[in-house]
Amino acid sequence: MGDKIVIENLDFCFGEKQVIFGLNLKIPANKILSVFGPAGSGITTLLRALNRLSDLTPEARITGGRILLDGQDIHAPDVNITELRRRVGVVFDVPTPLPISIYDNIAYGPRLARKRNKKAALDETVELALTQAALWDEVKTRLHTPAMSLSGGQQQRLCMARVLALKPEVILLDRPCSGLDPISTSKIEESLTVLKKQFTIILSPHNIQQAGRISDRVAFMLMGQLIEEGPCTAIFENPEDQRTNDYITGRFG
Amino acid sequence: MQMKSKRRLTPKTSERIAKIFIWSIALLVIGILVFIVAFILYKGIPVINWRFLTEIPRKSGRAGGISSTIVGTLSVTALAVIIAMPFGIGTAFYLAEYTKGGVITRIIRFCAESLAGIPSIVYGLFGFIFFVNYLGWSILSGGLTLAFMILPTIIRTSEEAIRSVPNIYREVSYSLGGTKWQTIRKAVFPSAIRGITNGIILSVGRSVAETAAVILTTGGDLSMPDSIFSQGRTMAVHFYLLAVDGISIENAYGTAAVLIILIFLINVVANMLVERLIAKGR
Repeated sequence: MGDKIVIENLDFCFGEKQVIFGLNLKIPANKILSVFGPAGSGITTLLRALNRLSDLTPEARITGGRILLDGQDIHAPDVNITELRRRVGVVFDVPTPLPISIYDNIAYGPRLARKRNKKAALDETVELALTQAALWDEVKTRLHTPAMSLSGGQQQRLCMARVLALKPEVILLDRPCSGLDPISTSKIEESLTVLKKQFTIILSPHNIQQAGRISDRVAFMLMGQLIEEGPCTAIFENPEDQRTNDYITGRFG
Repeated sequence: MQMKSKRRLTPKTSERIAKIFIWSIALLVIGILVFIVAFILYKGIPVINWRFLTEIPRKSGRAGGISSTIVGTLSVTALAVIIAMPFGIGTAFYLAEYTKGGVITRIIRFCAESLAGIPSIVYGLFGFIFFVNYLGWSILSGGLTLAFMILPTIIRTSEEAIRSVPNIYREVSYSLGGTKWQTIRKAVFPSAIRGITNGIILSVGRSVAETAAVILTTGGDLSMPDSIFSQGRTMAVHFYLLAVDGISIENAYGTAAVLIILIFLINVVANMLVERLIAKGR
């Protein structure tokens, strides 16, 4: 498998304040990569830079290096941002259903793309996405009820389904289970391990245990720097860097 | 210590006093409001009957009904809202979504706020000079004038409604591949529509009740208007003139009662329409 995303020497700033320093990272396709570290390490910033949601923050900008998706610089001037965001979907740290029906939430992305406007095809996309996110059985009889009426865990799976309906290539998940109960968490983790066959998944886990359970590779970030990256078992059992060791053994953070 | 704490109010007592105080203020305000409305309805409703609603005024309003003034009110108000709505909501979206708070934004917002504070008679004078000179006294002149008058209200309430839409909705829409316009249309607007409608209902109320600006631009003609270029008289103007000139206090109350009922109906219908619209969007 080749590398889906290659980050080269990335520097990222909010105004004058630099939050990511010279980050190099190769992200292989069809694997789950967990990027973990204490709060404020620049992980959210990194994820948001990968589909240029960071553009929405006025003073946020890349000051050095580049991010390549399938070898193409995603910050090149000719990049179609909406196309990029369809290829690189994101699930936020809190469930974010729009105040419309379950069905319309899932159909939101496909409808924007103006593809698949046929009712039957759209229905199919919605069902597939909800099935992949392990939510279909719970909502199939009430697709047209408000998404806000779902529980927190269901809402978060809805948000995953909404991303899956875009048929993306990469899925970013920023602490997707931070407010969820253990059962919802395990459902999301299960679907992720199935989904990685089709997608490249980059996850900011909400704790180290989660990273250990589902990741193929893990990366440790600290204060805007990538400390080390490698296969999950290698990093957790035998970290090269003392700081990684301190963090995963709970000596700080 | 014992002595000191005894002299002070216990938290429980102060809680009770605050509660009674706030309750009585609210009750007083609501009571006054209810009294005014009830008084006008009490005086006015006996005058209202089918003929009062369907006949045009005769003898300057001493006899006959008020049908032409109902038509006048509805047409002037509808015209004002239809003209002001696209400009107002458009400006609000510009201010809330498209600018980053530069000089131009501040100028526009300053203008809108200043305009909101201008007395309606000034708008009337403006309409008299700019519209009546070219269009004559007419429903159209009145509608245009009132459109200017309510524009600031629509801009301000709409802008507030748009700003209160959680930012995460925008981020979600962008993250799903939405363009700016798609995001505004499909994620922001449906969430803001309730607040926007409230602003429009407020403006409708102001237009329906406006007197000064309408006398100067639509005139006081009592015959039934047959187009937006005819002169006309609104209900507010009608009962103002009936009362001030001492023509018929009973009919003034009657007209006022109809006006109050009309405003109430507009509120109910507008809210129902919005609820249906929102429900449809779900």
